[in-house]
Amino acid sequence: MTAGDIVKITVSAGLKQGQITPTELCQKCLSLIKKTKFLNAYITVTEEVALKQAEESEKRYSKGQSLGDLDGIPFAVKDNFSTSGIETTCASNMLKGYVPPYNATVVQKLLDQGALLMGKTNLDEFAMGSGSTDGVFGPVKNPWSYSKQYREKRKQKPLRANEDSDWLITGGSSGGSAAAVSAFTCFAALGSDTGGSTRNPAALCGLVGLKPSYGLVSRHGLIPLVNSMDVPGILTRCVDDAAIILGVLAGQDPKDSTTVQDPVKPFVLPSLTDVSKLCVGIPKEYLVPELSSEVQSLWSKAADLFESQGAKVIEVSLPHTSYSIVCYHVLCTSEVASNMARFDGLEYGHRCNNDVSLEAMYAATRREGFNDVVRGRILSGNFFLLKENYENYFIKAQKVRRLIANDFMDVFNSGVDVLLTPTTLREAIPYSEFIKEDNRTRSAQDDIFTQAVNMAGLPAISVPVALSNQGLPVGLQFIGRAFCDQQLLIIAKWFEKQVQFPIIQLQELIDDYSAIIENEKFASVSLTQ
Amino acid sequence: MWAWVGRLGLRVPLSGWRGLTSKAGPQGSGQITAEVIEHLEHLALVNFGSREAVERLEKAIAFADRLRDVDTDGVEPMESVLEDRCLYLRSDDVIEGNCAEKVLQNSHRVMEEYFVAPPGNISLAKVDECEPTPCD
Repeated sequence: MTAGDIVKITVSAGLKQGQITPTELCQKCLSLIKKTKFLNAYITVTEEVALKQAEESEKRYSKGQSLGDLDGIPFAVKDNFSTSGIETTCASNMLKGYVPPYNATVVQKLLDQGALLMGKTNLDEFAMGSGSTDGVFGPVKNPWSYSKQYREKRKQKPLRANEDSDWLITGGSSGGSAAAVSAFTCFAALGSDTGGSTRNPAALCGLVGLKPSYGLVSRHGLIPLVNSMDVPGILTRCVDDAAIILGVLAGQDPKDSTTVQDPVKPFVLPSLTDVSKLCVGIPKEYLVPELSSEVQSLWSKAADLFESQGAKVIEVSLPHTSYSIVCYHVLCTSEVASNMARFDGLEYGHRCNNDVSLEAMYAATRREGFNDVVRGRILSGNFFLLKENYENYFIKAQKVRRLIANDFMDVFNSGVDVLLTPTTLREAIPYSEFIKEDNRTRSAQDDIFTQAVNMAGLPAISVPVALSNQGLPVGLQFIGRAFCDQQLLIIAKWFEKQVQFPIIQLQELIDDYSAIIENEKFASVSLTQ
Repeated sequence: MWAWVGRLGLRVPLSGWRGLTSKAGPQGSGQITAEVIEHLEHLALVNFGSREAVERLEKAIAFADRLRDVDTDGVEPMESVLEDRCLYLRSDDVIEGNCAEKVLQNSHRVMEEYFVAPPGNISLAKVDECEPTPCD
């Protein structure tokens, strides 16, 4: 069975028609969360909140007054989004016990649609990392480690989690959100994307990971990493679901002055039947030696697919690609150094017991609150921002950023509608292998295809394509023109339908799983044809 | 599965680009002097804590040095991708506030409606000279 075979009934239709109540759906998801606790996807599970929201949703349905497609739909939120009354930690000691008094705009928008908040998901500390392994609550495990597809390839029987030792990473930094959606504990999750943190785990967990155009979705309430690049990201099991969520989240927010004022309406994605007018660009600099032969092969097949269906597929050049990751590294650490300055122990967050002096208190608080990765980036950033270094590093990087953004603009101005690239170098790897290199090295490797997009502020989406020889998901990335998110989604939806990526088979969860999937056939919020 | 047959060969020619993580430049080149370390620790209010952390910074700098190879003559720095748009300004009306309790509720040390801070104007001693007591 593939995602595309999911029959016409969808979960939102099921809720409307009374085939399942919001409370039943909520309880099934909560039960799955408990069963998949070993994945460590959630930091906080908001069981009471979710059940109460489910009850209210049920009342609305019984009166025929549902708020829309998302009413009663369980979702999860990465733990760097502020949630009122619910602990928000960024997986850091610095914010353990911090309870925001307000909701991030994107969270509020989903709640206003009646969606049910299942919990806050795990991440790399302060979203710095590409494995979801460096948070204080421990690493997140990729559900595909336990899938029938992977186990069969390794000639192993499906095992319970506590019997395994070679589990795979989810990618990061939004790994908890990815694992939560991939394991069917919710239908959508919010991640954040600064250098690929939504698209990377989406590719490794077999999900759709959407990074909207910078300025389209409000960052108010998203604890900032790099103000000029951060965007909230969306993780779902199919492109249509991502489109529904984007339609709800997009739009100007008076609380975020970097959101654009262009009017936005929720949209339903039309089905593309004819790609003959499409021009797909393949950036040649993205063919790097480190790219695994399997991903390369799938990338090549995808290009051939477009061509065979009549699209124009051409090689393009993004000449400054090789400097992109370096530029990102400088700008990211510099902005991080600035953003992390707010954590001083006075108004919120961790505070040490040292009251000798203000500065000593700040220093000790920050030493205790931040892990090595965060501290390392703060120090690097401060180095690049020193008076004597500012021009040569920070300003230089800003100039290179313009060159990179111009590269993309030149390509799109030459008639290309969308770029097709890999999302990651290879499929998910075991944790034991991942930790052999440090965080900065890994990030530099793993963000290679994704971070340039953040520097140019463009929309991009990772779509799961096929399983590798090991039975693990591989995703490919589409990059669109700024603020042409809808067009990007239309193309992604067409591609998704062509490739028919299979559903993950999680054996030990089969009872709950089949109840959701086989009988009620509710894998996605929206209609898939 | 795939309903068509595609050729598996390289679609695009291999660019002559070197590996991503070649650690350019010497490691531990010694450009981080003790003065710089102290200066950074003072500015960032974060300490290095170990020789490894200093080496990590040296590698980060060596990595960043690769930007020198890019010709940026006549190129303006880019601060924001939205530079062509006007920043939205809202009218200067008070529409929210009066939430002192909410603002204070997450602090560890408050007195009446004040955040309580230790005495300032004392310059930061070396972190290893100052022994903070372990926290809760």
